[in-house]
Amino acid sequence: MYVSPIREPLIRGKKTYNKITQEIAAPIEGKAGKAWYAGIALTGSAVLLGLIMIGYTVWEGIGTWGLNKTIGWGWGITNFVWWIGIGHAGTFISAILLLFRQKWRTSINRSAEAMTLFAVMCAGLFPLIHMGRPLLAFFVFPYPNTRGLWVNFNSPLLWDVFAISTYFTVSLLFWYIGLIPDIGTIRDRMKSKAKKWIYGMLSFGWTGSAKHWQRHESISLILAGLAAPLVLSVHSIVSMDFATSVIPGWHTTIFPPYFVSGAIFSGFAMVLTLLIITRKVLNLENYITVGHVESMNKIIIATGSIVGIAYITELFMAWYSGVEYEQYAFMNRATGPYWWAYWIMMSCNVISPQLLWFKKLRRSLVFSFILSIFINIGMWFERFVIIVTSLHRDYLPSSWEMYKPTIVEVGIFIGTLGLFFTLFLLFIRVFPVIAIAEVKGVLKSSGEKNLNPDKN
Amino acid sequence: MKKHWKSLAERKNDSSPHPEKEIPKGNLEQILDIFDGYQSATKSNRRDFLKLCGYSLAISTVVASCENSVQKAIPYLIKPEEITPGKANYYASSYVNGSDYCSILIKTREGRPIKIEGNDLSLVSHGGTSARVQASILGLYDTNRYKYPKIKEEKVSWEELDQEIIKELEKARSKNEKIVLLTPSIYSPSSRQIIQSFQQTYPNIDWVQYDSSSSSAMIQANEMCFDKAGISEYRFDFADLIVSFDADFLGNWLDPVEHIRQYSKNRKLNDGNTRMSRHIQYESRLSLTGSNADYRITVKPSEQIIFIAQLYNEILKIKAKENYELREASADIKQLAKELWKKRGKSLVIAGENDIDKQVLVNAINYELENYGTTLRVDKQLKTKQAIDEDMESLLSDVKSGKVKGLLCYDVNPVFDYYKGAELAQAIKKLSFSVALNKEPNETSVLFDYISPDNHYLESWNDLEPRTSRYSLMQPGIWPLFDTRQFQSSLLAWMGKETEYLKYIQNYWEQHLYPLQAAYPNFTSFWQHTLQKGVFDPMTDSVFDIKFSNQKMDKLMGEISNLSVSGGVELQVYESIAIGNGSLANNPWLQELPDPITKVCWDNYITISPEDALKLELETSDVVLLNDKIKAPVYILPGQAKDTVAIAGGYGRTVSGVVGKHIGVSVSQFGVYEKDHRKSLIRNLNIQKTDEKYELAMTQTHHSMEGRAIVREATLSEYLNNPAAGNEIDHEFDDAGIYQKPNFPDHHWGLVVDLNSCVGCGACSVACQSENNVPVVGKKEVIRAHEMSWIRIDRYFSGDENNPAVSFQPVMCQHCDNAPCENVCPVAATTHSSEGLNQMAYNRCIGTRYCGNNCPYKVRRFNWFDFTKADSIPNNLHDIAEMTIDLKRMVLNPDVTVRAKGVIEKCSMCVQRIQEGKLDAKMEGRPVKDGEIKTACQQACPSGAIIFGDLNNKQSQLVKETSSKRNYHLLEEIHTLPSVSYLTKIRNKESNQT
Repeated sequence: MYVSPIREPLIRGKKTYNKITQEIAAPIEGKAGKAWYAGIALTGSAVLLGLIMIGYTVWEGIGTWGLNKTIGWGWGITNFVWWIGIGHAGTFISAILLLFRQKWRTSINRSAEAMTLFAVMCAGLFPLIHMGRPLLAFFVFPYPNTRGLWVNFNSPLLWDVFAISTYFTVSLLFWYIGLIPDIGTIRDRMKSKAKKWIYGMLSFGWTGSAKHWQRHESISLILAGLAAPLVLSVHSIVSMDFATSVIPGWHTTIFPPYFVSGAIFSGFAMVLTLLIITRKVLNLENYITVGHVESMNKIIIATGSIVGIAYITELFMAWYSGVEYEQYAFMNRATGPYWWAYWIMMSCNVISPQLLWFKKLRRSLVFSFILSIFINIGMWFERFVIIVTSLHRDYLPSSWEMYKPTIVEVGIFIGTLGLFFTLFLLFIRVFPVIAIAEVKGVLKSSGEKNLNPDKN
Repeated sequence: MKKHWKSLAERKNDSSPHPEKEIPKGNLEQILDIFDGYQSATKSNRRDFLKLCGYSLAISTVVASCENSVQKAIPYLIKPEEITPGKANYYASSYVNGSDYCSILIKTREGRPIKIEGNDLSLVSHGGTSARVQASILGLYDTNRYKYPKIKEEKVSWEELDQEIIKELEKARSKNEKIVLLTPSIYSPSSRQIIQSFQQTYPNIDWVQYDSSSSSAMIQANEMCFDKAGISEYRFDFADLIVSFDADFLGNWLDPVEHIRQYSKNRKLNDGNTRMSRHIQYESRLSLTGSNADYRITVKPSEQIIFIAQLYNEILKIKAKENYELREASADIKQLAKELWKKRGKSLVIAGENDIDKQVLVNAINYELENYGTTLRVDKQLKTKQAIDEDMESLLSDVKSGKVKGLLCYDVNPVFDYYKGAELAQAIKKLSFSVALNKEPNETSVLFDYISPDNHYLESWNDLEPRTSRYSLMQPGIWPLFDTRQFQSSLLAWMGKETEYLKYIQNYWEQHLYPLQAAYPNFTSFWQHTLQKGVFDPMTDSVFDIKFSNQKMDKLMGEISNLSVSGGVELQVYESIAIGNGSLANNPWLQELPDPITKVCWDNYITISPEDALKLELETSDVVLLNDKIKAPVYILPGQAKDTVAIAGGYGRTVSGVVGKHIGVSVSQFGVYEKDHRKSLIRNLNIQKTDEKYELAMTQTHHSMEGRAIVREATLSEYLNNPAAGNEIDHEFDDAGIYQKPNFPDHHWGLVVDLNSCVGCGACSVACQSENNVPVVGKKEVIRAHEMSWIRIDRYFSGDENNPAVSFQPVMCQHCDNAPCENVCPVAATTHSSEGLNQMAYNRCIGTRYCGNNCPYKVRRFNWFDFTKADSIPNNLHDIAEMTIDLKRMVLNPDVTVRAKGVIEKCSMCVQRIQEGKLDAKMEGRPVKDGEIKTACQQACPSGAIIFGDLNNKQSQLVKETSSKRNYHLLEEIHTLPSVSYLTKIRNKESNQT
């Protein structure tokens, strides 16, 4: 096979196929370290805190949150949109990058997809518990019933129900289909009978025959085709929760593309946050290289710039529309009582990613990690700004109010962070974090002898 | 068939020659027999078994699935003739609380009063009510009431109590010891007669009347000027120019319900009427009246007298009469004098303060302006306030000196609201004989030995004469809930007479009032008809011949000319619109009713001008120390006069129920006694800032309209030039949508609010709360903006910070035909009715609050907690006001669902009333008449600012108003197509600048 001398290698460290299997399967076969236990203890307690706070909310009522007559959504929906956004990178990487034949995705797609699923799980929690009567949440499903009731297909919240459940299902399927050959590998390497049996069940009898591979390849491509539009549709629909309303600051046609790029932006940031740690802890530096980080940074700067343009377009449209409410809403965002949230959002999402134009910073792991945290924070504030600053001062000044979260809302958010990391910690212990089969496929596509020798 | 036997006994029985006795059957078997057509003898065992199986399966299913607690609805054994379950009965009656009077209808359902409505037939209140009247229904079900007679905290029977009291009274009579009967102003003719005969029976008893907010200066000023003691009757509807010196006549001065109607009547504008009165208010605190004035001038209370005197002098000058040497009047006063003279006979000058000099001067001005006989009259009097301050002062000194040995105290609470209440409390403790005839414990009655509990007014009979020859009856809506007896019956009992007060009233009416009319041939029919109407207005001749005389005028004017204005800070104690003198402090509806101006509820506070606040470095919710005695939070109120502060009395009750206790601070000690009159103010107040902070519960925290066309207004001259002034873009966007406007073939219900009539009193808010079972949330939740009111009154300030223009706007669900809330609900819990109503299906609601977010008017209210006990999760009730106990739940309107935790609710445009009106019309086979259906807010409104009707009925009053050039929709540019619309506010000003 021809090996390009110029292209940076995707996998470093002169790996053999066997070595790849061994190294990636190591965390599953080995014993967990103290750090892992400490980690899961921490995240587990966060989950517990979240559960207590959710229980308290359901028992006492939404009054335990800081919401009020004017601001009906606060941290709850902010977190929902934030998590959904984070859940965009995985499917983008595995579906859209697959269709675009980006081979570098193979090192990160597995963990990114897992992250997507966990993020969507966290996200899905919020629409449920923010309801006044969560026990009746099944009312949102259009099931035939004796009361002759039907759902309201005009409501963007209903579209959310379909969009998110479809997205979750397809993402899960896609992720699992990709996992099957690797589960087969793990099964074969397991020594305990029980584990062998469990992985055997999970691998659906994968033998690695040519027929299996052929089917696997085709279903992957089909699912990629299905998932690709979903990446765009989910956050478009989430954005319509706001865009179809009449509230100044929400009622904006730019929202769907703006939300989608924001979602990919935040998703990649979260992937970076996770993987920069994971590669170190699991000794996967040769698989997830600085080159990968740089590629992701490039996507971040692209989507971050789109988001920045969207912010400025919104401001322009507010002025250009001549609508006093619209103008006030945006003036109020930048200079009103929540100005600090707006400027956190602006500096984290628009200004800081621009530093990635410098190659040095783009390839710096420390910088990338800090930046990814900044973006995570900035994107959370973007949703907070959109939701709270638009609601708290809308049409009638008589109803203007302020919003401050309570310990309960903060606790639930910490709980979802805990859930997310708990699931991720469990994931790295039971499934290969990197798609073994796929990585092997790209091992030889670029050589070790590039002109730009390893500098990391 | 071969017969098998089981036991020896059976075998033996079998062989017995006697026929077998049938064993009595159990219930179950009897039921089963019914299925068998009583042929129990022939039934087969297998069928029985199957039935039993089926039956027990059915029963076990039913029993197992019934987890809800059993609710008993017991039908009448003998149905009372007048009660149809599900149908309301209305009884004409009267609301009385001290000097507050209102003619009302009691709405009862299945025998329990649930709502108060105004009585349209009354020539005093004309169907209007106030917030206090609306809320008074809840007082009936107050757990804090006395439940039985007591002697020294011991429960006794009425016989025992009567015996003891008669013994004491007789002992005092024999020793000729002075006993005082202390009451509020009694304007019931029968009660007055009872008190007189009580005094005849016990000649040692003195009768003292005490009004917590006194008007004795007005009474005596009239005596001085016209030789006729009493309060004049005011007719604001005949006045084209009203000048008020600190008289809050729309809020608390005399009878606001009547004044609001008169006032707004002369300010209503339509095609036929383009005149409106002009109202000028001189005051220090921004009162409800001042906020409605066309011109408002801020003055310190102590400066007012100079202005009044100057005005009087200027009028004398215009009339070229002998005038006085005073400081040169300002151009404004001179101008005002000219205008008043121009409007002579159609103007009215009033003063609020209980100050004899001001009242005399005001009388003189009105006399010079020839207003007597038109805008006010002395021959017709307001009788709800009769107390003379001197009486109370001498009572206090007599009790202190021991001259008075015993005190009978009815329905007053001087220990709490008298400025020398603490002294009085000390003195009362020394009395040998004290009887309290109150309906609930208060600061005064707890000091008394004998408690003879009075009925609530909804349990009482009475007759009233609130104005000269305007009679009104009070009839009970329910039998007394507790072992109580009304005051009049108690007095009758202690005289040893027949205690039935109803008979007494009837006798009185037969003797004194029946002869005044000729319409009814006998007393029975006269009584029946009058009782049904609730009011009786005999025609009486009155003479307008009055002569003004005051020999002391020279002396008074001399004093005023020498008056120097003091520099100190002056504090005024006023009555808040909701709580009044504090007797209603235990009413959570009133506690949660925000003040019309400050929008603060559940507290009293010091209002201070922005200028003074800056000087003292104070911010709203800072705590200040007043005269080193009382701590109170500060509220910076634009429009408060410089160097003045004000605070509401009636708060800080220490003896009250769960709701009213320790709400706010008591400031009754702030009072002075000058020239034989008690004034609720002090001068040279010392304000000290403390480090403490105190959070106030406000329902509105932003006070500016931000230049948005929310309350649209114009001046009268602009309006006369162009009826659409201030409303240039009305209905411009009605056809802006790309979809067809919805069509409502039968009815299209709508509401119009005349912002020019609304004075902002808040009666509608409480009426709505009562009608629609709107929960009470409490102070903490109001601070968190969790209040539930379905109709709120938005108040905006504009213009000068030191004397702002005020606009009020009642906002309820706008029932948009293109409703933003409806299309966002995922479960279709809020939908549009075929009659144009935006309706809520509470059972369907899952509480996403998306509708609330998307409502541009922010009228949707979410049940943040379990406020009503309707939630299925236990132990999570948030009920600070005991509103969910069985007694208080009796006030709930059975026609309106009680909402559970986690659902959205909002104004339904009183859909239950619409439905009732439609059904009534259907029963009579006719279309619904215009004006037949009234929403609760409309019914309660004393100014007639709210009109409900059918937008499809082109003849209706509603359509007449909506086709006015002044009509507009709130936020119509977002094309929500509301069914509620507003009429612009018109100010009778020269230009639109403040």
